[in-house]
Amino acid sequence: MRIAADILSRYPVKKSATIPLLHLAQEQDGYVTDEAMEHIAELVEITPAEVLGTCSFYEMFKRAPVGEYRINICHGIACHLLGADDLIHHAEETLGVRQGTVTNDGKISIEGVECIAACTEAPCLQVNYRYMNKVTNEGFDALVGGLRDGSVSVPKHGTLAIARQQIPEDKAAGNAMVEENTPPAWWPTDEGGD
Amino acid sequence: MTIEMIVTKRFDNLNAHEIDEYEATGGYQALRKALTMTPAEVHDEVRTASLLGRGGAGFPAGVKWGFCPPNVWPRYLVVNGDESEPGTYKDRQLLERDPHQIIEGCLLTCYAVGLSQCFLYIRGEMAHAQERVARALNQAYAAGYVGKNILGSDFSVDIVLHWGAGAYIVGEETALIESLEGNRGMPRLKPPFFPAAVGLYGKPTIVNNVETMANIPFIVERGGDAFAAMGAENSKGTRVFAVSGHVNNPGVFEVEFGTTTFRDIIMGDDYAGGIRDGKSIKAYIPGGASAPWFYEEHLDIPLEKTTVDQAGSMLGSGAIVVMDEDTDMVKACHNVVRFFARESCGKCTPCREGTTWLERILARILAGQGRPSDLSLLMEVSENISPGIAWPPRQTTICPLGPSAVSPIASALERFRDEFEAYITLSDRRVIPVGAA
Amino acid sequence: MTDIADAESEAEGVEATEPEPPPGVPFTVNGEQFYAEPGRMLIDACEDAGAYIPRFCYHPRMKPVGMCRMCLVEVDTGRGPGLQPSCMLTVSEGMVVDTESEATKKAQDGVLELLLINHPLDCPVCDKGGECPLQDQTMSYGPGESRFVEEKRHFEKPIPISDTVYLDRERCILCDRCTRFAKEVAGDPLIHFMDRGNQTQVNTFPEDPFSSYFSGNTVQICPVGALTAKPYRFKARPWDLNEIESTYPNPMGDRVTIQSSRNEVLRYLGVDSDAVNWSWLADRDRFSFEATMHDERLTTPLVRGDSLGNASDDGDELVATTWSVALTKVVEALEDANNNAGPASVAVIGGARLTNESQYAWARLAKGVIGTDNVDAQLGDGLPGDVVASLPRGTIERACAPGSTVVLMSGDPKEELGTLYIRLRHACAEDGVKLIELTPNETGLTRYAALSARVRPGDIGAVAAAITSGDTASREKAIGSVSSAELDELAAALAGAGPITVIAGRTSLADHAALSVEAINAFAGLDDAVFLPGLRRGNVNGAIDMGLAPELLPGRTSLDAAGSWFAEQWGSVPAAPGLDTAGILGAAATGRIAVLVLLGADPLADFPDPELAQQALDTADLVIAVDPFINSSVAAAADIVLPAASFGEVDGSHTNLEGRISPIRQKVTPPGTARPDWMIAAEIALRLGKDMGFASVEEIADQIAAVSPLHTDADAAAIDAAIDGLVVPLVEDPSRPTRFAWRDQGAPEEPASYDSYSYRLVVDRTMYDAGTQTAHCPSIAGLAPDGAVRINSHEASRLGIDAGSTVRLSSKRASIECTVRIDERIARGTATVAHNHPGLDVRSLIEVGEPVTDVRIETV
Ligand SMILES: Cc1cc2nc3c(=O)[nH]c(=O)nc-3n(C[C@H](O)[C@H](O)[C@H](O)COP(=O)(O)O)c2cc1C
Ligand code: SF4
Ligand code: FES
Repeated sequence: MRIAADILSRYPVKKSATIPLLHLAQEQDGYVTDEAMEHIAELVEITPAEVLGTCSFYEMFKRAPVGEYRINICHGIACHLLGADDLIHHAEETLGVRQGTVTNDGKISIEGVECIAACTEAPCLQVNYRYMNKVTNEGFDALVGGLRDGSVSVPKHGTLAIARQQIPEDKAAGNAMVEENTPPAWWPTDEGGD
Repeated sequence: MTIEMIVTKRFDNLNAHEIDEYEATGGYQALRKALTMTPAEVHDEVRTASLLGRGGAGFPAGVKWGFCPPNVWPRYLVVNGDESEPGTYKDRQLLERDPHQIIEGCLLTCYAVGLSQCFLYIRGEMAHAQERVARALNQAYAAGYVGKNILGSDFSVDIVLHWGAGAYIVGEETALIESLEGNRGMPRLKPPFFPAAVGLYGKPTIVNNVETMANIPFIVERGGDAFAAMGAENSKGTRVFAVSGHVNNPGVFEVEFGTTTFRDIIMGDDYAGGIRDGKSIKAYIPGGASAPWFYEEHLDIPLEKTTVDQAGSMLGSGAIVVMDEDTDMVKACHNVVRFFARESCGKCTPCREGTTWLERILARILAGQGRPSDLSLLMEVSENISPGIAWPPRQTTICPLGPSAVSPIASALERFRDEFEAYITLSDRRVIPVGAA
Repeated sequence: MTDIADAESEAEGVEATEPEPPPGVPFTVNGEQFYAEPGRMLIDACEDAGAYIPRFCYHPRMKPVGMCRMCLVEVDTGRGPGLQPSCMLTVSEGMVVDTESEATKKAQDGVLELLLINHPLDCPVCDKGGECPLQDQTMSYGPGESRFVEEKRHFEKPIPISDTVYLDRERCILCDRCTRFAKEVAGDPLIHFMDRGNQTQVNTFPEDPFSSYFSGNTVQICPVGALTAKPYRFKARPWDLNEIESTYPNPMGDRVTIQSSRNEVLRYLGVDSDAVNWSWLADRDRFSFEATMHDERLTTPLVRGDSLGNASDDGDELVATTWSVALTKVVEALEDANNNAGPASVAVIGGARLTNESQYAWARLAKGVIGTDNVDAQLGDGLPGDVVASLPRGTIERACAPGSTVVLMSGDPKEELGTLYIRLRHACAEDGVKLIELTPNETGLTRYAALSARVRPGDIGAVAAAITSGDTASREKAIGSVSSAELDELAAALAGAGPITVIAGRTSLADHAALSVEAINAFAGLDDAVFLPGLRRGNVNGAIDMGLAPELLPGRTSLDAAGSWFAEQWGSVPAAPGLDTAGILGAAATGRIAVLVLLGADPLADFPDPELAQQALDTADLVIAVDPFINSSVAAAADIVLPAASFGEVDGSHTNLEGRISPIRQKVTPPGTARPDWMIAAEIALRLGKDMGFASVEEIADQIAAVSPLHTDADAAAIDAAIDGLVVPLVEDPSRPTRFAWRDQGAPEEPASYDSYSYRLVVDRTMYDAGTQTAHCPSIAGLAPDGAVRINSHEASRLGIDAGSTVRLSSKRASIECTVRIDERIARGTATVAHNHPGLDVRSLIEVGEPVTDVRIETV
């Protein structure tokens, strides 16, 4: 709740906090619940329908429980060229799940995803948005094993960033409010040439 | 041939993301210098540098900064770190390895243009970058580089780290603003909304790419002329390219514009080191998935805006994806088209319906259910998204995403038509019931 | 080019004789030059120029989004021709447009083909079939046979998104019209785009339906058959509908199209009237045709009789009879009353439902023929007729014009005045109109208000006086819940305000009308303040203008101002001023009323004092009802019932809150032998031996124009010809008596004292209630919420009660039990109960005659 307040305080317009708050909700519950969306609607003063409209637009927000570990295997063009399809196939075979579904132990789900910006490390994947580069079938099996026996530790699904931004009260410059139509303090009165 | 690195100069230093390491290597000097100059003077340095935006459109940053209407306040800075264009892998590195450089770039930009608040919009999937930048920002606040009365001056600005949530289209600047306002990331029609005039919350807003920001400290510290002295006539300074695909040594390289050619960067030993297993090159994407493909005959084109544009493609997002002789071009083409179909925001009819239709036709062809008429159909549907299928593309859509799906089809069908036909004749022989897809 | 054009126009400017060039921006459409007003959207400008550009997402009353891409045309602004969405482009000087070029056609064909690939093409079973822009444009622009062999997008077939609207997402083309309407027009963004790209759909939040009072408009603006209205689904095909334009009888006078098939009204559609409703309608009105078509409509006159159906004056049933029998009884009764106790022993309550012409006919019958002034169209829930008649009137346009200020001192427009809320909301949200609220609770407009003060019932007069008067002394201490600082803020806002329009009505049925009058009085003191009466009954403004109120005569004039003039015109007028509804019921209750006429009135259900109404009906010798239905009063007490024709079945005209007169037109014939009210009046007059001088609606209108100080020149022909209606007075005719001028109503009383244990009672109204009409509309009857007392969470926790629990409300007069609803819009210190909600009659609590009513809340 304190974090939510922090987030809200950083935007001149409350609605801008919608996506960060959805992340926060997903971090708490592993996915975005209807209750969470209703709560966010109150916080940012819009309707739940508007929150859902935004939420459902973005890939990362899941509105039903997913595997504790979501393995996103990149099938963007660079990874495609270096065997992403084979890797996905291997994953499906060994885990006995199809893309978008969860293993029986509810631990792992796999998904083929678009380019995750690690093209020079292809083929690559993310576990809950943590990277693994130049993945071989063996590497994949090792990863899954590690996740299962806990020797590989990855924050649970929803945990976006461990380190968060903190803006200390005394250091904050404060939001630039939309209404106040005044130039910033350092701006020369003569419009500084612009 | 070694050139001076501008934005990747600290990449070998594995602690560069720590503030003291950054300071020790000349960090935040540009900021101190700027505070002794007027905003206009700082802006002029960037103008002189004629730094082209690194996000894809390649618009001169200094000029864009000048578009803010006078006497309309506040003005905002939104830094575009949504890097999602397939093949592109540079902004994430800049954010993870040298976050303070980006922060300093943002500060300088805010100072120069009078931007009262900065939002650093980073792609949601980049957890590590998020952490590195958050940490860097916390350090910078503590050290008094960011926030109220920066370094004791009357320059005050907050930099807010904002999380994306997974949508390529949000990289488009007006969609980025919509998303930052808490909405679905659907582009606005330009005109009437040019962000510099009517942007975030309807206020003047500068949108710049992460790599663009990374160049600003150098320009301010060493002067616009020093920057302009590097590079080519119409592309000053350096550019970071990610070379991926079937190469021996895929990697991210900062090269000086103009002096390096595609052959150098793809084949050169101090770069990507040539095609794997001694194979020959079949095609390559010169500037991200949206760009029309290049082939062997284009290898000697220098990495420089004008020549590449004239040759019928673009440097775009600095993503070079190489395909060797064994590549299945129908699959490659489908892969790229599928990307755009999946990432369409759904606002315009031609993109929402058209890109998906194209993807499904290609999927059907790959599934061995192609029809001879499909090839002309592919072109005609493409026509409805990008009339004339020309370069630079014309569009029936609001933003260029729709037409981007046309580039790979136009390229592949023109050059590798036989491969498509092969799939189709194959399926003809296999007499598959019509529409059984 | 530009310079030459300018030079020419200047030259012509000098040469006054030379023809001026048409005003506006010159541009070229398909080779021909036209002129458009600056800033006009290209798509509209081209339509004006006769070149219609197909469109799906564009709607002239909503912000353009340029999504569907159907309106792409080739435009050349000097940089060579290029495809541009004409819905996002304003006409500019010298612009060259080609709406028929190859490129244009190809682009439009392309978009259409793409729109159709996922469309089910189930036109034969689609309500929209025959009036569907998608279907039409496919015929006229589209390619033939689809080349799309893949499987179409699938969604669950129609899902209800509200109680009245269904959504078929397979037919939807994602034009963003309904969703924009919900957000931009209704201010209820409860439907929204969900998901992305090819999977995008319109939907609501789970378990949170699109419960907007205006949801029906989305059906009207949907360019395909994706949205359908429950009351209309599968009822008819557009080609066997025929239609006529009319005016809906609500205080706004919304312009509507009535569509019918085989003498059955099947649909009302909003008409885009610039002056009034901008094509929008409230669902309550849109779907009210269900009541018109209801099988409980009266088809024959009824008289008292026995259970075998035989007429007998002391029978306790109502039995069918003929008009001549019924009218004979009526006339006998009127003559007896006159002979025994004089004309004042006859009284007429109601008439707000009627057309202007019927109201005039009844006013003349009562005042000119029978000779009684005991006539009142309102039921003690409005404002005194003479006050309304004498208010300086404003217009909606003036109120909503940029720079103006609106003061709200009435019930919640969103609940009571439908499209006025829509116009005001737009004015505040888009055009910077300053709204100042002086209401006991928050309203549907509070979010858009510049200032919103919670004025405790009883204080409104004092608050209004304090903020309008120059002397700051009156603002030194708080008035009830309005702090001194707030008072200063309000005063400052008014002092600095542009033109002021006051929406004046009753903020609570529990307050004495005098309080509202005091407040009006204060604002009437400001020079440039004008008023819009915030009265909610159908054609109540017409009723007042036609003289259906004590002391009034047609044309906002009075007995003493115009008695002699009307005596000339009518033969006679009442000798003395009469009683209002409260007075009439009081008189009736004490045996002083022999014949009580209920002109579409239901005092038992509507009059604030049900006990008094009951006594009156029991005691009056004879009760005559003229009504389309048997309402509770009719059932309880009517001796003679005359079946009246209702909206859709009669010709005539309507008067809205501006005093705007617009035509009402007949589309179907009344059920059985039901007759227009004016005909009944005329018939009774004739049987009383007086000819009122008209035998048709036109003749009545002309007579009104001939005698009324207000309606000079507003004759039948003029009314019929006016597209946006006529705002009276058109001209002042010196030869006619003067109309009411505002007369000072005297200084405000001291606000009633208030003890901190009790709560001020607010009795408000909601869009849906148990009223006769709503009750006869199956589609919306169920929407009236069950009766409850609403308090905010602060008070709830103070009382230690929570939502849903049962409490006892007690006033000095009575006490009732009801459930609690938590509503943050309710002010502290007040308890609010809606009038006429199912299962709860709050009226017995009201201390009629007292300025306010205080109640105590105890848990049971
Ligand atoms: C479909 C689409 C996707 C885009 N994605 C990105 C992106 O991921 N990162 C980026 O910096 N710019 C992206 N752009 C370009 C931005 O719209 C904008 O031009 C750029 O951020 C401006 O910054 P610059 O001038 O510094 O290049 C994209 C444009 C389009 C049309
Ligand atoms: S072209 Fe595609 S992505 Fe761009 S706005 Fe239109 S629908 Fe959205
Ligand atoms: S009407 Fe212009 S894009 Fe839809």
